[in-house]
Amino acid sequence: MTSRKRTRVVGRPYPKVDGAAKVTGQTKFADDIVLPRMLHCKLLRSRLAHARILSIDVSRALAAPGVVAVVTGRDLPIPFGILPVSQDEHALSTDRVRYVGDPVAAVAAVDEDAASDALAAIDVEYEPLPPVGTIEEGLRPASTPLHDYGDSGNIHKLVSMEFGHTDDGFARADRIYEDLFFYEGSTHLPLEQHAAVADFGPDGRLTLWSSTQTPHYVHRALSKVLAMAPSKVRVIATSNGGGFGGKSDVFNHEIVVAHLSRVTGRPVKICLTREEVFYCHRGRHPTLMKVRTGVKRDGAVTAMHFQTVLDGGGYGSYGVASTYYTGALQTVTYEIPAYRFDGARVFTNKPPCGPKRGHGTPQPRFAVEVQLDKIACDLGLDPVEIRRRHLHPRGTLTANFLRVGSMGLGACIDKVVAASGWGTRRGRLPYGRGLGLACSSYLCGAGLPIYWNSMPQSGVQLKLDRSGGVTVFCGSTEIGQGSDSILASIVAEVLGIDPFDIRIVTGDTDLTPVDLGSYSSRVTLMTGNAAIQAAERARAMLAAASAGKLGIPESRVALDGGRVFDAEDPGKGIAFPEAVALAESRFGTLGTVGSYSPPPSAGRYRGAGVGPSPAYSYSAAVVEVEVDPETGIYAVEKVWIAHDVGKCINPVLVMGQVEGSVYMGLGEAMMEEMAYRTDANGNVVHKFPSMLEYKSPTTKEMPPVETFLVEDPDDNGPFGAKEVGQGPLLPIPPAVANAIFDAVGVRIDEVPVTPEKIYRALKAKALGQPPRYGPAGFPPVPYPEPIHVPTPAEGGDGKAVDAAVTGAGGVR
Amino acid sequence: MARNAKKNWDADGRAVVGLVVNGQALEAAFAPHKTLLEVLREDLNLPGTKHGCELGECGTCAVLVDGKPMLSCLLLGLECEGRRIETVEAMSGPGGLHPLQKAFADLGAAQCGYCTPGILLTAKALLEANPNPSLAEIREALAGNLCRCTGYIKIFEAVELAAAWLRGEAAQPRHESLYGSDFDESGLLPVVRNGNG
Amino acid sequence: MMRLPKFRYFAPTSVREAVRIKSDSGPDGAFVAGGTDLYPNMKRRQQTPRVVIGLSRIPTLRRIRAGAEGAALGAAAALSSIEGHRRIRRDYPGLVRAITEISTPPLRNMGTLGGNVLLDTRCNYYDQTFEWRQAIDFCMKKDGAICWVAPASPRCLAVQSADSVPVLIALSARAVFVSAEGEREMPLDELYRNDGIHYLAKKPDELLTEIRLPSKGGWKASYRKLRRRGAFDFPVLSVGAALRQEGAVVSEARLVLGGVASAPVRLGRAEELLRGRLLDDGAIAEAADAASESSRPMDNTDFSFLWRKEMTRRFVAAALRELA
Repeated sequence: MTSRKRTRVVGRPYPKVDGAAKVTGQTKFADDIVLPRMLHCKLLRSRLAHARILSIDVSRALAAPGVVAVVTGRDLPIPFGILPVSQDEHALSTDRVRYVGDPVAAVAAVDEDAASDALAAIDVEYEPLPPVGTIEEGLRPASTPLHDYGDSGNIHKLVSMEFGHTDDGFARADRIYEDLFFYEGSTHLPLEQHAAVADFGPDGRLTLWSSTQTPHYVHRALSKVLAMAPSKVRVIATSNGGGFGGKSDVFNHEIVVAHLSRVTGRPVKICLTREEVFYCHRGRHPTLMKVRTGVKRDGAVTAMHFQTVLDGGGYGSYGVASTYYTGALQTVTYEIPAYRFDGARVFTNKPPCGPKRGHGTPQPRFAVEVQLDKIACDLGLDPVEIRRRHLHPRGTLTANFLRVGSMGLGACIDKVVAASGWGTRRGRLPYGRGLGLACSSYLCGAGLPIYWNSMPQSGVQLKLDRSGGVTVFCGSTEIGQGSDSILASIVAEVLGIDPFDIRIVTGDTDLTPVDLGSYSSRVTLMTGNAAIQAAERARAMLAAASAGKLGIPESRVALDGGRVFDAEDPGKGIAFPEAVALAESRFGTLGTVGSYSPPPSAGRYRGAGVGPSPAYSYSAAVVEVEVDPETGIYAVEKVWIAHDVGKCINPVLVMGQVEGSVYMGLGEAMMEEMAYRTDANGNVVHKFPSMLEYKSPTTKEMPPVETFLVEDPDDNGPFGAKEVGQGPLLPIPPAVANAIFDAVGVRIDEVPVTPEKIYRALKAKALGQPPRYGPAGFPPVPYPEPIHVPTPAEGGDGKAVDAAVTGAGGVR
Repeated sequence: MARNAKKNWDADGRAVVGLVVNGQALEAAFAPHKTLLEVLREDLNLPGTKHGCELGECGTCAVLVDGKPMLSCLLLGLECEGRRIETVEAMSGPGGLHPLQKAFADLGAAQCGYCTPGILLTAKALLEANPNPSLAEIREALAGNLCRCTGYIKIFEAVELAAAWLRGEAAQPRHESLYGSDFDESGLLPVVRNGNG
Repeated sequence: MMRLPKFRYFAPTSVREAVRIKSDSGPDGAFVAGGTDLYPNMKRRQQTPRVVIGLSRIPTLRRIRAGAEGAALGAAAALSSIEGHRRIRRDYPGLVRAITEISTPPLRNMGTLGGNVLLDTRCNYYDQTFEWRQAIDFCMKKDGAICWVAPASPRCLAVQSADSVPVLIALSARAVFVSAEGEREMPLDELYRNDGIHYLAKKPDELLTEIRLPSKGGWKASYRKLRRRGAFDFPVLSVGAALRQEGAVVSEARLVLGGVASAPVRLGRAEELLRGRLLDDGAIAEAADAASESSRPMDNTDFSFLWRKEMTRRFVAAALRELA
């Protein structure tokens, strides 16, 4: 374990630097921006799930009162997409619509009413095409696939990789278990609806304010689709009223308002309705999973074969990465010496899926943790012990070449097991009451950027001047998680000042150095490291300039408590502003920079780009439920969760992320469903795109949560810190399912775990059928032959071996 | 005689309506089909009131009308004639933050801050009616305000803390609210005051 | 932002004036009290009245009176004001329980008892935006020709979803209407029709002014509601039960289901079964079984209709057990 450097600011529960603005309603969200002469935009969206656009006539709309401009896909023909391999979206559909809600035209008018009214005057002629509504339909050969790219028909992506020899592993196993699981799609449901304001100035420069988590990627897409020099485009990420991954893609409306502003010469705003937010989606992929696991009698895994099929929706989005993520992180919690993963993503005529808190990993984590619970049961082992005994060792590579650094999962398990009274209560509570355990891990930033480049993933600039003021500039995006506050705490720690004496400027592509954005739990680790570097450089300048004045060598200069002083004689010192003035005199105008690039990953096989991270966080949770066996209706009575965050930069913010993740995990576990129906006309529609019918937990459903913050510092983290924004969601759904089993003895192999599913499983049990509710079969998926990668234990170097050598056939 | 016949209408066909907003009696002119939410944000320059669905399904737009939490998205501006409207903009003043606001800031009960105005006002109405609410009563009072960030826990704790402050107690946040249970503080140096190293 | 369509707004100060404006505006006119049902429907263009007649300036409609002879609840009384009324809480706790389960606290500060009693029937093919309904080619309740819940159905299957109604009917409440022709009073039981479109046996010009409850008179009532969450959600199965007992024997029982049909469902057979019986487990089980037969939910709300039907027995039994 890394030795702990004691800290003064870092580790303290400061209020968020933007807390006062938020509690007074002063924070400016995108929809709060009002500019002179501003127009309002509305999008006409497809009412068909799948159709060709034969014609669009906007003449009536153009003549409608208050309308200033109407645009269609013809005006914006250049495609875009978040991943370079999936440039399959258009700002407005050009020839094809792929889901109900796909935008086809846009109006700018003097007010929202006029813009809305004009939509009805746009005449679109469609030729309906057969829609694809399910995974099974997506796997069938298609006469008119959604896209003209992908692996075949409507199969967007197929991957297959094997690490080590799973056949040998299964042969060594005492028992082999095979289970099917399904994890339903869910959406982020940020309270703030997406909004954007564009202002194309007379100088030919474009400014876009948007509720985005990824201003840098929006910047790139705007430049591409609008065919403008990137230097003429400025994207400002306004404070996000909730993100959770839902605002980390580039959206049609952002490009459309930018174009409309260019066309009209006036600022243009759009704020989506709640229904439209459902259509933006990019949420959790519905995922069907088949898991085959071989174990020894003591629960040690000998091999795992994990298969997934993801329902991707109508576009690529982050889907290729999501697909890999459903197979990437199984290996970082418990030792899996041989591992095979087959993944597939299909296009369906629904809003596109993408990254939601945990991106692609809650689904497989649910499967792994529920299956482990079953295995423990079957082998007569304590679910705690089957995990505790086989933890992945720290400081080593997994079978798929992920580098596990600090690893506090054991400590996490110990905390929740002790606090929940597991040892005396699990399996011994009255019928209807039960405890369930699950663990998980998540990455601290994706090891690779979304588009290939060798530049830093995060940059920080620091400005200091004679006022004593310090300003931090960083491209990171405040989405409520507290990234601005993290920057303040870290810089304050290094410079020995108060975090509230630091001004933070973030998320502005003109003013701030590039940071890739608030996704993949990368911000604290990456911006934190960049901020430390910038601050250390500033500190060195301050020390050099102050040493002379204090008459001591530089090495003795200390910065703390707003002073710069002699470490050996703390009474001898000067105030921080004076030190800055000395430095400014000596070095001229003061500014420093810091940047961060993750260490190179060990895997060098195709697909090795997804999964590597500078560090992995760990979580363990115990959930207690009370089930009414008569109805299946249940309540989560309590959650105990421990999270290894490496080091708390600000514990009260860490607490907020843990509790928020638990909440969101409970929402998915208990009730949230992105549900669709194929109507009698064969159209695929979202079943109920509303806050009322998309069930998100209220105060009434939220149980008490006891949180334990475990600090197992990681060498790659700033002050040892690891992520906390996503990881603690992961153990919750499987812990709920495992608790249901402990309470009433039935297995719910599906998320959400609804009362009806429990009721059905209990009925099945009463009839002597398998006491289970879950998927009954796994469709045939044309997975390719896997690439073969020898594991580190086998002496592998991270590369796939030649297919011909292993006789495994062609690799596509 | 219908009330609206007495109402003033301006040249653009907008109703001129007397409202009491944040303690100030004023006249506002707006189209008759506008909701209070739209009037506050678009006509009275009070964007602190947020919106999440405009259909009464999330609670984000809650304001106080005659002291009671109501959803501004489902009230006509016209229906508020003569009524007392209170928005988040009035919660703090030159004297600083309202205790609820301070507690929310201190405990991180406002993460993204978007549901916060509606929750603060709803909590304020609760504490005015019930200075010492139980956790169950806080849950019930806030059951109509969705939050996606916090899991509500910090919100409950902040309401409890502010309630204690408003009762005149010298309460502090509970240690486990800030650090969780069993936190190992050995890595922390003592806090120093600014300028007194 | 979801916005209201344009309309003319009137704020009469008397019932007589309100009724006259309604009569003048004909089918284009709509009364509005709390607005928590009408305005969302208007924003989704399910209803598009050209004239909206606000009732908030008529003080008599907000009056709540309660005494030994019964209670009279003004139709425009806010739900929370009924919840908070001391005498109502004491005499009609079953009703207060049902009202407390309506939606959310801020909604109950706005929504009114009359609004709940007259609540538009609900269906997840209907309670959608104009654009969504356009995607399914509309339904017969608004702008379309067929019922998507059951395309062969000659009538609309939208669901009666008012929390207060089953208990009010169980308590033999009566509704008072005023129109240009005068005042009439009818048992609430007779107000509803099992048709999702024409769900009220009320003339369009009539204004609901009051709900009258008979004297408490030994009646006890309970309410059970099935929904996904502890707030916001409408009932997708609900049970209002009221009993009068002599000693331990049930002398009269009134049981009503909500959330499973276009009208509240009176459980006549179950009521018969209970009369003259001790309210023991056996009687409760028999009544619950009988009730279950009358429960025929359709697939147009949250939760599956099969499970909602299967839950009927258990919810009726729970409502009865509370009264035992």
